[in-house]
Amino acid sequence: MQEQIKELRRQMMDAIGGIHSKEDLADFWQNYLGKNGQVAGLMKNLRSVAKEERPTMGKLINELKTETEARYQAAREKMEEAELAARDRKEQIDITMPAKRDRVGNLHPLTLTRNEMVNVFSGMGFEIYDGAEIEDDDHNFTRLNVPKNHPSRDMQDTFYITEDILLRTQTSTGQIRYMDAHKPPIKMLSPGRVFRSDSDATHSPMFSQMEGLVVDKHITLGDLQGMLEKFCQQIFGESVRTRLRPSYFPFTEPSVEIDVSCFKCGGKGCSLCKGTGWIEILGGGVVHHKVLANCGIDPDVYSGFAFGIGIERVAMLKYGINNIGLLTQNDLRFLKQFREV
Amino acid sequence: MKVPFSWLKEYVDIDISAQELQDRLFSCGFEVEELIDLSEGIDRVVVGEVTECVPQEGTHLFLCKIDAGPLGKDIEISTGAPNVYQGMKVAAALDDSHLPGGIHIKARKMQGHMSYGMLCSGEELGLNDDLFPGSEVYGLLDLPGDAVNGTPIQDVVGLRDYIFDIALTANRPDCNSVLGIAREVAAILDKPLKAPATDYTCSDYVFEGFKVAVTAPEFCPRYTAHGVHNIRYGQSPQWMKRYLALCGLRSISVIVDITNFVMLEMGQPMHAFDLDQLESSQILVRRAAEGEKIVTLDGKEFTLNPENLVICDGTKPECLAGIMGGKSSGITQESRELLLECAKFERDNIRKTSRALGQSTDSSSHYERGVSEYTVELGMARALHLIQELGCGEVSSSHFDIKNGEDFTGSVMDAGYEFKGTLSGINRILGIEVPADTVLDILRRLSFKVERDGDSLLVKAPAYREDIEIGDPDLAEEVIREYGYDHIVPTFVQDATVTSGGLTPEQERKAKLKRCMCAEGFYEVQTLSFYSDADLDALHIAEDAPERRVIRILNPITDRLSIMRTTLAPSMLDIVVNNIKMGNLEGRIFELENVYIPRQLPVTELPDEIPHLGFAVFGNDEDFFTAKGAVEGLAEEFGLSFEYERAQDIPYLHPGISAYILCGGERIGYVGKLSNLVMSELKLPKDSRANHKIFLGEIDYAKLSAHVKAFQYVPVSEFPVVERDLALIADENIECGDIEKEIRKACKNVEKAVLFDVYRSAAIGAGKKSMAFKITFAPEDKALTPDDLNRFVKKILGNLKFRLGIEMR
Repeated sequence: MQEQIKELRRQMMDAIGGIHSKEDLADFWQNYLGKNGQVAGLMKNLRSVAKEERPTMGKLINELKTETEARYQAAREKMEEAELAARDRKEQIDITMPAKRDRVGNLHPLTLTRNEMVNVFSGMGFEIYDGAEIEDDDHNFTRLNVPKNHPSRDMQDTFYITEDILLRTQTSTGQIRYMDAHKPPIKMLSPGRVFRSDSDATHSPMFSQMEGLVVDKHITLGDLQGMLEKFCQQIFGESVRTRLRPSYFPFTEPSVEIDVSCFKCGGKGCSLCKGTGWIEILGGGVVHHKVLANCGIDPDVYSGFAFGIGIERVAMLKYGINNIGLLTQNDLRFLKQFREV
Repeated sequence: MKVPFSWLKEYVDIDISAQELQDRLFSCGFEVEELIDLSEGIDRVVVGEVTECVPQEGTHLFLCKIDAGPLGKDIEISTGAPNVYQGMKVAAALDDSHLPGGIHIKARKMQGHMSYGMLCSGEELGLNDDLFPGSEVYGLLDLPGDAVNGTPIQDVVGLRDYIFDIALTANRPDCNSVLGIAREVAAILDKPLKAPATDYTCSDYVFEGFKVAVTAPEFCPRYTAHGVHNIRYGQSPQWMKRYLALCGLRSISVIVDITNFVMLEMGQPMHAFDLDQLESSQILVRRAAEGEKIVTLDGKEFTLNPENLVICDGTKPECLAGIMGGKSSGITQESRELLLECAKFERDNIRKTSRALGQSTDSSSHYERGVSEYTVELGMARALHLIQELGCGEVSSSHFDIKNGEDFTGSVMDAGYEFKGTLSGINRILGIEVPADTVLDILRRLSFKVERDGDSLLVKAPAYREDIEIGDPDLAEEVIREYGYDHIVPTFVQDATVTSGGLTPEQERKAKLKRCMCAEGFYEVQTLSFYSDADLDALHIAEDAPERRVIRILNPITDRLSIMRTTLAPSMLDIVVNNIKMGNLEGRIFELENVYIPRQLPVTELPDEIPHLGFAVFGNDEDFFTAKGAVEGLAEEFGLSFEYERAQDIPYLHPGISAYILCGGERIGYVGKLSNLVMSELKLPKDSRANHKIFLGEIDYAKLSAHVKAFQYVPVSEFPVVERDLALIADENIECGDIEKEIRKACKNVEKAVLFDVYRSAAIGAGKKSMAFKITFAPEDKALTPDDLNRFVKKILGNLKFRLGIEMR
């Protein structure tokens, strides 16, 4: 009996080595571990063994069974691993081939810039007012302290629809419309298209502006600089500074230009800032008494500041666009470059 | 405006450099657009004395030896100039020297002799007779005998000078003159202003019976005139010629030069009439008669109308007021007596006349900026002073002065705006504390008269400062531009009320629409709000179509941009075509901007501005359904369901491949393929036209937005949905939408019915097609059983057969 067990183990060891497929594995199971397999056969033959030897032989057979099962299991795992590896090898692809994806478009750089600017001012508590693009003389000029015959009307060449109706030349119209409808405290931002009939290489007959207005008690010129400096820092980087320069707009007094320190050279002077270290960016000033009074707001009680900024100019500065024409050509090779920050 | 540095120095002792002054002016609100250095471009050109001068035989040249002081004795230079002589002081351009216009002079051999430079004419130095006398003689510039050898030539001929080209803001017409800038410079430097002399004495001579009247005071609020007799025709002194020349004016004769000089110096245009040439002894300032004609000094004839102001003698216009004098009464060599005019004309009227007639002069541009009555009085006095000083005429006792149409004998020289201000008010505007003494000092320097009583100020502005008109804000501006804007401390609205801000829901929705389009693969474009009739013609839009009810611009720059758009289709197509021309053969674009719809024509009130979504898809991979897919994407994002109706009447779209988009039964837009006709008319490169497909769409955003409801969650059934596929045989003419509608009608549990395959074959039969639908059934309050499904399918098939004659395959 012991010989038989030894012999069977030898056979089994040979058979294990000969397993190369799932079929081999199944045959092995059937041959050795199945109900009618050889290990079970030995167990059945145990009865023919002398009674006193039975426990010993039984133990040996059981040991053989356990070993066979363990070897079967190991062989099976090895087989499965090999199969998986083979399958993986077969399924391998060229991962450098082009990706497949749905095309996603993007917003125009002017919209991206406008959104970014709107976000900054929204966070400062500004409401956004979309003014009309076709306006009357009253809102575009007269109530902004540009009466008929005022020379500053010449500063802006105007497209007229009728003698009284025109394409707005400035988003400052939003000041009047908004103050007619809202009383202080006011924080208003009015972005949009404006139109002027001077067209050449550097001017388009249509461009975009953003007007801002703050009216409350005790608003100062310092507040104008402080708020716009924060704005410039959010748009152009924390390290930029601003400076004020005297200027003239009919609807502010005092009027200022606000320059931002060159964010490219840090103020040392470069081609972007034409060697001055400063970049012209905004116009603004303290809201003219007459403008407040024209909107029924008492200039002795309230004060405010207003500012205007060209969106094209900010977009061009931010993205390094050197030709304003690109913004209206809408060439997809241009448009596809832009993305939200 | 051009201001010579040397001229400014006549009125202010300037002890800083031109560059420093440029910076100071800039920070006070006067931007120097260009600081022109007259000495620039000239280098190593010096005073030289011709110590030897020998004609070179067989040539036209003279061999000269030049004494250039410390730069060398005996420098050999050849010259062909016939006026050279021994002992002459000349401008010698030495070896390796530079002349204006980038000319580089080097030693070279001339007719066999080395010449170590060049002797210069006045012209070669960029001079003319007005800038430096004798500059225009033929040959060499003959310098004064006392010129020191070796001195740089700029110092001898008046080129050691600068010209400030200043950009004035519209509120400061009082600075549109050398004196005006000098006043500012004096204030900046806190130096006294050396005002030009304006005194004169009148002779006893009177122009008997001469009358002056103004019948159009609305265009001429102030008119002054003064008679001058015993005119002596002659040349102006050199200093006057030079200043005129530096500002770009040529000297003509002393009287004309004085009027030009006063215009530059004081900012006051003047005119002189030859009294012998007037038809009667009177001057009448009136509106022109309709069709009246005038020939101006430059020989141009103009036909006038009552919006033009003219200065007349008894009968005919002698001057286009404020713009240019008439040919017949100009000053000539023969003039004996003249009337000097000095007036304030309404700037807007001058501007309009100047533009309408296309006649613009130095005078008209001064009037357009604005001239004050202060300047009128000052200018007249200055001109009369100069006439007396230069001995070119005698100042008579005939003075005429008409203010607002009536005789006037007073003066406005001391009539500045008077108002009350406060120190605290100034500081409140600026947000800083400017020391009271500083405020008072600045206002004094700017010639404001101020009486202080504690915080309050009683202020009188100088008469020429017509821009001062409200009070503290004016004072704040004057103070801070002199005190320095760098004193402002940036603050962050520390006292203001907190406001919430942000976008309105409507603004958020528009932003979302744009994001949705981007997610569908579209790039946003920005196109002009105006185009032309031709753009509508190109789309074959009928003359009576609603799109033709357009708002027209009265004064377009070009016909191409003359009407406000009523549809975005031309704009979208334009961008597509441009892209295809640039080789971008496929793409998706959109724009969400206004169209402009008049409420009535002609326009009498503000029109409606309605945002439209315009879009286009183009390229080989696009078809009607990819375009429609984008529209469906929008519907889903906004929680809407769209229906489609065949559109056969959109002139620029294919009648078989286009649809109206309906929302809640209302047409809100269209999507479709560009018509074959329009396509064939596009100027596309041949190869790309052959391959390309263009689809256009447009949605009225206002209508779309009106259908959008606030989003609300709908409970999800706890039971699963079940799908069934049905293959149907239908007649060829039956459309998918019809079947879908009938499937839905037959069973309320149908959640979706989506066509996924269409198949035609001989086995199915001619005129028939197989259409496969995937139908999704939604459970109600219990799970769907196979019996339920069979029942649903049976109902659907029954309805399809009954309504559309459709069989199950």
